[in-house]
Amino acid sequence: MKEIENVETQSPRHPRESGESLPRHPRESGDPENKSTTLDSRLRGNDESSGNDESSGNDESSGNDESSGNDESSGDDGRGGHDQQINLTHGGGGRAMARLIDSLFLKAFDNEWLSQKNDQACFSVEKGRMVMSTDGHVISPLFFPGGDIGSLSVHGTVNDVAMSGAKPLYLSASFILEEGFSIKDLEKIVKSMANAAKQAGVAIVTGDTKVVEKGKGDGIFITTTGVGVVPENVFISGDLAKPGDAVLVNGFIGDHGIAVMSHREGLTFHTALQSDSASLNGLVQTMVNAVPSIHCLRDPTRGGLATTLNEFASQSHVGFVIDEKKIPIREAVLSACELLGLDPLYVANEGKLIAICPEKEAQKLLSAMQAHELGKDAAIIGTVIEDPNRFVQLKTKFGGSRVVDWLTGEQLPRIC
Amino acid sequence: MKYIEEFRNDTYAKEVADRITQAADPSREYKFMEFCGGHTHAIYRYGIPSLLPSNVQMVHGPGCPVCVLPMARVDHAIALAHQPNVIFCSYGDMLRVPGSRKNSLLKAKAEGADVRMVYSIDDALRLAKENSDKEVIFFSIGFETTTPPSAAAVLQADREGIKNFSIFCNHVLTPPALKAILEIRDEKGDCGVSLNGFVGPAHVSVVIGSNAYLSASLDYKKPIVIAGFEPLDVLHAILMLIQQVNEERYEVENQYTRAVTPEGNQKAQAMMHEVFELASSFEWRGLGWIPSSALCLKEKYADYDASIKFKVEVLTQPENTGCECGAILRGMKRPNECKLFGKVCNPENPIGACMVSSEGACAAFYTYGRHQEK
Repeated sequence: MKEIENVETQSPRHPRESGESLPRHPRESGDPENKSTTLDSRLRGNDESSGNDESSGNDESSGNDESSGNDESSGDDGRGGHDQQINLTHGGGGRAMARLIDSLFLKAFDNEWLSQKNDQACFSVEKGRMVMSTDGHVISPLFFPGGDIGSLSVHGTVNDVAMSGAKPLYLSASFILEEGFSIKDLEKIVKSMANAAKQAGVAIVTGDTKVVEKGKGDGIFITTTGVGVVPENVFISGDLAKPGDAVLVNGFIGDHGIAVMSHREGLTFHTALQSDSASLNGLVQTMVNAVPSIHCLRDPTRGGLATTLNEFASQSHVGFVIDEKKIPIREAVLSACELLGLDPLYVANEGKLIAICPEKEAQKLLSAMQAHELGKDAAIIGTVIEDPNRFVQLKTKFGGSRVVDWLTGEQLPRIC
Repeated sequence: MKYIEEFRNDTYAKEVADRITQAADPSREYKFMEFCGGHTHAIYRYGIPSLLPSNVQMVHGPGCPVCVLPMARVDHAIALAHQPNVIFCSYGDMLRVPGSRKNSLLKAKAEGADVRMVYSIDDALRLAKENSDKEVIFFSIGFETTTPPSAAAVLQADREGIKNFSIFCNHVLTPPALKAILEIRDEKGDCGVSLNGFVGPAHVSVVIGSNAYLSASLDYKKPIVIAGFEPLDVLHAILMLIQQVNEERYEVENQYTRAVTPEGNQKAQAMMHEVFELASSFEWRGLGWIPSSALCLKEKYADYDASIKFKVEVLTQPENTGCECGAILRGMKRPNECKLFGKVCNPENPIGACMVSSEGACAAFYTYGRHQEK
């Protein structure tokens, strides 16, 4: 199972008709008392009829981690101090699940939409172009220097929404947990998601939890979906690159991939590198405000810079000339790639973006990026050219020239 | 990266490239073969062809251990991986290599075989110690570079009495392959005339030493310049080759003096001789059967030989007849002169050996060099 990137569904050519103000309120008829409805209200994981909830009492007794199963108000049921584990009842739609949702998800994500405990979140939106994107997150190890699957699942989708120039507003989160997964770890992950969402200024407003039998999952998979609204006069899409445009990146590439690899089982090397995992919506706002005529934006995640440029080349029917000397890459990333036989241009990022804009706006965009914390190491790295072959060419540091092709399968280390 | 970036410096590169242009006689053609896949990779990755004058041409040799391994050996490896209770360990770039019927180790893994990618044979030995109830097989492949570590691992397993460890041995030798290429005759029956010289192996030469090429150079009157894998090394070696050709010399010269000595690493050689002996003949993809060109485990260490320990049936299909890998590995054709190149044969769906590994001539040309296709 792999992450699916860059599947924004957007219609960039249709500006929304009206104003800027963004939905910030629950549905108008919202009943504040909803917050105190009984625990039987459900954000149900399964599609079974609600009747199942009632019969689930005996499920709980079978779960060995339901130590305080009869005291719903204690709030820590289904988790707690010991190294308790997820079992099938946590996805069964019954009380165990309701308690898990209440005591963990509702608490951590804490927002008015989720607290209503409906199977959906209802919010009003201004007229305009909405953006929606979804991303499944699977990663090994789950915790890595600079982040974890929780923060990653927020950053990934927030970024995919933001790369249309949109302001991301709401997220949904769907969890697939494997039986036996540590509740402590789940708690850490959920808290990390909550933090990441808070920092990005988005709310996780609806969700779903499923538990699969042991051996049928890899601990935890998180799928998040995000929606946002694109400001008027912003039309950003991967098919809008024009010959002559400038190509920019917001900082050092490859940190995430190498940081994760260094902690992967079977690879033993140590590095002080941290993942660059971050929500880029703030930076995108700054960029869009400075240069509304940005043509393309994308976060080069799996497959790295090389893959994103090839995607742009094929979508926009253009070629690229990139100057290797100008690509910001840390010494530690270069060294690790040297040792492992990898090419940093294909290594994953989680807090980077590639921007393409008209050449005459490039300096202005660069200055705006460099003024932002997440863009202080930004650089102009190349140019869009006319090329019916849609090659991404690299002017190598050595002074030569070569193609940077699509990746074939995974990058595998070479023998010698 | 200290001591690496220096060898990728564009100012020096420009200087050497200018000297190459000055040295190359415009009235003649220079055709050099870089034997090693590592050089092929460096040449394309750093864009060296774009720095050379048009009458200096590089031909890509057979020095990619992944590429020269015949399909039957890949099929054999896959059959071993499918044995019950076996953990099959391999270097990363062998995993995708297609055997018969488009099978591969990656496919075997998907079908349930326990195939693991390791960075070194030491990892395989460690797995054997940790999983004493399983049989761990290491897919030993490569030229003289990867052979000493294989020998060391077998010796260590023997010393420590590790019984559940074995290797599937496919170690091949450089000098016999070099001679096999020089033995290829043209229509008039002359040997190796199309090539003016060789860029000699880097890591292999660290082990076997520069003296190992003396007879090839003398017997066939060809200059050989041993070069490191950094792009500046390659450019420098090309300049040295042009100078030898201009002066009508045919010597073994060592550009890679920071690592290669005339005698090589004698401790490593002794270990190899302790564990391995010459196999009477070995099939090379593209070059056919070459006598005394590969190693097998000595009888003393037969317990560590997976091909003896596990009797498996290997069914192999013949190679695709349209594929020009043979001619390309022999330096007689360029990748884009094969009619399959880039059409039915590409890195996604490799038909021939040269497209399989990123070091293969076709894969390197496809991945890095297509924009200069003429």
